[in-house]
Amino acid sequence: MSKIFKNQLFIPIAALLLLVLFNLIVDPAFFALSKGVYDGDSILTGNLISIIDNGSELAILAIGMTLVTAASGGQDISVGATMTLAGSVIVKVLRGSETSPVTLHQSIIVAFLVGCLVAILCGAFNGALVAFFKIQPMVATLILFTAGRSIASWVNNNQNIIIKDEKFKYFGYYLPKIPIPTPFIIAIICIIIMALLLKFTTLGLYTQAVGINENSSRLNGINPTLMKFVSFIILGVCVAVAGLIKASRQEGTISYGGFAKYIEMDAILAVALGGNPLGGGKFNMAASIIGAYVIQFLTITLYARGVNPEALPAYKAVVVIILVVISAPTVRDKISSLTKKLRVPKKEVC
Amino acid sequence: MSDVSKASQSGGFKNKLKNISDTNILLVITIAIFVIMYVIAITVFKGGFLKPQTFFNMLNSDAALIIVSCGMSIVMITGGIDISVGGVVALVSMSCAVNLDYQGGNIFTSILIAIGIGLAFGIVQGFIVAYLDIQPFIVTLAGMFFARGMTTIVHSQQFNVANEAFMKMKDTHIKVFGIGSYNKNGTFVPAYVLIGTIVAIIIVILLFCMLKWTKLGRSFYAVGGNNQSALMLGINVKRTKFIAHVLCGLMAGIGGYVYFMFVASGSPSHASEMEMNAIASSIIGGTMLTGGVGNIIGTLFGVLSLGTIKNIVGSAGFTDAWWTNITVGSMLCIFLILQSVIIARKRRM
Amino acid sequence: MQNVDFTLCEGEIHALMGENGAGKSTLIKVLTGVYGKDEGEIFLKGMEKAAVIHSPQDAQKLGISTVYQEITLCPNLSVAENMYIGRENKIYQNWKKINADADRMLKTLDIPAQAKQQLSTCSIAVQQMVAIARAVDMDCKVLILDEPTSSLDEHEVEKLFTLMRDLKKRGVGIIFVTHFLDQVYEVCDKITVLRDGKLVGEYEIKDLPRVKLVAKMLGKDFDDVADIKDEGACYKGEDADKVVLSAENLCSNQGIKPFDFYIKKGEVNGFTGLLGSGRSECVRAIFGADRVTSGTVSMNGKKVKISKPIHAMKNGIAYLPEDRKIDGIIGELSVRDNIILALQVLKGAFRPFSKAEANKFADEYVKLLEIKTASNDTPIKSLSGGNQQKVILARWLLANPEYLILDEPTRGIDVGTKVEIQKLVLKLASEGKSITFISSETDEMIRTCSRLVVMRDRKVVGELSGEDLTQNKIMSTIAGGGEE
Repeated sequence: MSKIFKNQLFIPIAALLLLVLFNLIVDPAFFALSKGVYDGDSILTGNLISIIDNGSELAILAIGMTLVTAASGGQDISVGATMTLAGSVIVKVLRGSETSPVTLHQSIIVAFLVGCLVAILCGAFNGALVAFFKIQPMVATLILFTAGRSIASWVNNNQNIIIKDEKFKYFGYYLPKIPIPTPFIIAIICIIIMALLLKFTTLGLYTQAVGINENSSRLNGINPTLMKFVSFIILGVCVAVAGLIKASRQEGTISYGGFAKYIEMDAILAVALGGNPLGGGKFNMAASIIGAYVIQFLTITLYARGVNPEALPAYKAVVVIILVVISAPTVRDKISSLTKKLRVPKKEVC
Repeated sequence: MSDVSKASQSGGFKNKLKNISDTNILLVITIAIFVIMYVIAITVFKGGFLKPQTFFNMLNSDAALIIVSCGMSIVMITGGIDISVGGVVALVSMSCAVNLDYQGGNIFTSILIAIGIGLAFGIVQGFIVAYLDIQPFIVTLAGMFFARGMTTIVHSQQFNVANEAFMKMKDTHIKVFGIGSYNKNGTFVPAYVLIGTIVAIIIVILLFCMLKWTKLGRSFYAVGGNNQSALMLGINVKRTKFIAHVLCGLMAGIGGYVYFMFVASGSPSHASEMEMNAIASSIIGGTMLTGGVGNIIGTLFGVLSLGTIKNIVGSAGFTDAWWTNITVGSMLCIFLILQSVIIARKRRM
Repeated sequence: MQNVDFTLCEGEIHALMGENGAGKSTLIKVLTGVYGKDEGEIFLKGMEKAAVIHSPQDAQKLGISTVYQEITLCPNLSVAENMYIGRENKIYQNWKKINADADRMLKTLDIPAQAKQQLSTCSIAVQQMVAIARAVDMDCKVLILDEPTSSLDEHEVEKLFTLMRDLKKRGVGIIFVTHFLDQVYEVCDKITVLRDGKLVGEYEIKDLPRVKLVAKMLGKDFDDVADIKDEGACYKGEDADKVVLSAENLCSNQGIKPFDFYIKKGEVNGFTGLLGSGRSECVRAIFGADRVTSGTVSMNGKKVKISKPIHAMKNGIAYLPEDRKIDGIIGELSVRDNIILALQVLKGAFRPFSKAEANKFADEYVKLLEIKTASNDTPIKSLSGGNQQKVILARWLLANPEYLILDEPTRGIDVGTKVEIQKLVLKLASEGKSITFISSETDEMIRTCSRLVVMRDRKVVGELSGEDLTQNKIMSTIAGGGEE
């Protein structure tokens, strides 16, 4: 029994089950799946589908954020801004100089690769400040947090662009003949790639070793600086993928201030919800990813209950504080000493 | 007699540099850069920057940011961070606006509300951070979410305040004695500041004295410099951290009201990213996020530097909005690297 | 700690000596109220009844102040602030007066610092002295200095001693804990020696020559030689003449003097010397753990470049660090991951072991070294010290190095495990591995090593082998100087 409680997956899965239970009691229809039509193809719709659909970007970012947190013991708060920048660059490459291009200027692959390159450069910038200049991650990423969105709007001259291209919409909506939204498929692919990386390289072991004990890792031949840098690069790739999905959802129309707003906070939250210590060290990728979907589940549940989307953060905050407080070591110690005190007199009675 | 006095008598620059405290060295850099920037602005864009009112307008529009940044600096000196301040400012201005226009409140009740909200956030966050020992980032992040969410729950639309007494207070111009400029007709127009600016300046002075001379102020530095040592020196570390957060919350409340006096409206999108501007001002002002180093005067100049850069970028014809943030970002980058290099070199000397 | 009597007189400097784990820190912590005491009483001058000390604050009020090895001041505050903060409960403090007071205090104690100066701009020695000044200003009768000199250079130590002598004249009793023998003989009046938590004795400084002191600390009587000799059976292999590793003029940035070193195949040698004599720094330099500033290292006659630990590892060198907690274990990771780490790094980042392989390795070594762990998945930090050490040992054995450096592998572990580890060292040597073994306990070294490099004050001062490998000889070489 105690093993279940100690498992890292316990908190996110328990939170998920609580949400499911809540919805089952309040409104079982929440889980109904129905068939819809998109572009002549039949697709699945329903709350569950929108959870896995809209949670995709968050899940992808949570992958990278988990690594950065584990290796550097801090968080990257610039992901929302760099995601905007990556999306903006992708759109720029696709449109050339037109505002609503009829045909694409470049293939989507090329555009994505360029976007990827920019996101990786941003990651490298953050990574260099953290790993080489030894600036705290949060402070280092504050720079791109401030400037990223502005650079993004500069790239496209702050124009509103519409890309009405079928293929470009594939990434944010549906592929022909496939009833499941593409973002979810992309997220699954990312998760699989990450799983393979963790299985076929020592990324996981090294990252955790560096996060837990930098000295010891160095004496065992691991390069802590490099590992921190690499984690930021990987997050850069995740940001580019998430940026592509988001840009495709918006059909190229990027509102530079509001694009993926607060997603960095949600990504950090996903990592924390997954029970990963925000001070670095051991991580559990699956827990973070489940954490990301729990956040989306909560969001959709609140929507279904008719909560104003703008007011959503307040509810999220309450959930976060409760979770963080009950999982805090000091609180846990107090609770366990309390239960011990309660137990002792009972024994005497026996 | 002693080595140190001998060294300073011999007047080697290196030794002099070595004996300046971290706080002061960063402060000097900040002020120097501000002055250089302003002089460049005056020489390049003559007209505008020569008028005293340009300077005072900067103070007027940034008064709220100055107050909020001061609170932020205190928390940062103790080694923490508070990213809920922007949200609190938005919540304060929205609540005050609703109080004034829909609930028949007056200036007094609205000020009470502002201070109450700020203190409430400070106390709750401070308690969780200090006594439950949870990372300030995650706690105040939740605080930010909560404040932003509550703002829309209080009222979901932007609206302007119409309360007469309040508008009168908002538009009160306080003339700065003896300083001003001549308009086209050659008549002397004295420069003016708003009430918010006065409040900001009073707060800067109060906090500066508090940090420099009181036991509490020095305890903030001690806790930020080395937690464990501070404990050994007989300082109540938990209480000190708690008070820092409460003060920061209070500053966010007061800053929120000053912001409200400037915009005279409530909106969920008010003060967006103000927390990051406050952090940036503190860093540029020489406060280090690692704790233990910082200065309120530096923070004031940090805010002014940001204001000047924005003005320069505007005057230089880069009217597009993005240039401001890009320059702020690059400035932040330069300062961070500069700080890390200077401190590292000083350690090695 | 059991039944220790300790007396400190007014105006004397009293050295408290003993090797690691002898109970010095425990005694100090009981005196200052950090630890509670089971039995016994503490009496202070002018008090009828035994003093009640439950917390460091109580001790401070009674005039017992402690200056620890690590500086417990705030480097970002000014000197004066560090001296006066946290002592009074007033909101407003008159800093002008405080600064003046501080300056006066610094002047009377002849400490080269100014009240307004930021503490971090002072040298470590001055910081140490400021801590003492704080203690003195709090009107202390008893000043405890816990290894204050370990991070100071000679010049700084001299300054500290001047201050100590000055305080002595004012009637302050000083308890001085150090590992440097020269320093004891320079400033102290009396010596109390502790060993294994028990009192060995209290001596006037003139009654206890160095060699005797070392003998008392190590627990071997000076004349008691014979029984150790036959334990010193060491491996003598067939190709034992082949030099595996040699270092010339090696020096790192950790304050050691350049040294030469070599080790042959199948040989067990050791660095000996008291704590802080630089033995760990030497092996760290060989492994590339500290920044090497000069010198060359050759492996099997070929010059190799070792600037990072990974270079050393690739050349077949393994290093078990002195401080297990800081440099050895990776606390939250499992026993399995901790065991395979070094071999994994050598194998490369793109060829990870499967869980089955890793478990096989872990099982093998858990069995071989008899590591007591609930499972391979148990985090290493929940194991006992001895078992943690075995895991780290397993990590390096698995990597199958040619040359193994073991820095204090027996520290802080139970006696049974100590013997096991020594046996293992001899067994490995007989299989042809070269091993450098460092231990604070000389008899362990004599039992396992065939050659000893002796160090004093961060310098190699001698080399002993064969017939010379006796307690007496080692002790006299360690003690150096005043052995007449």
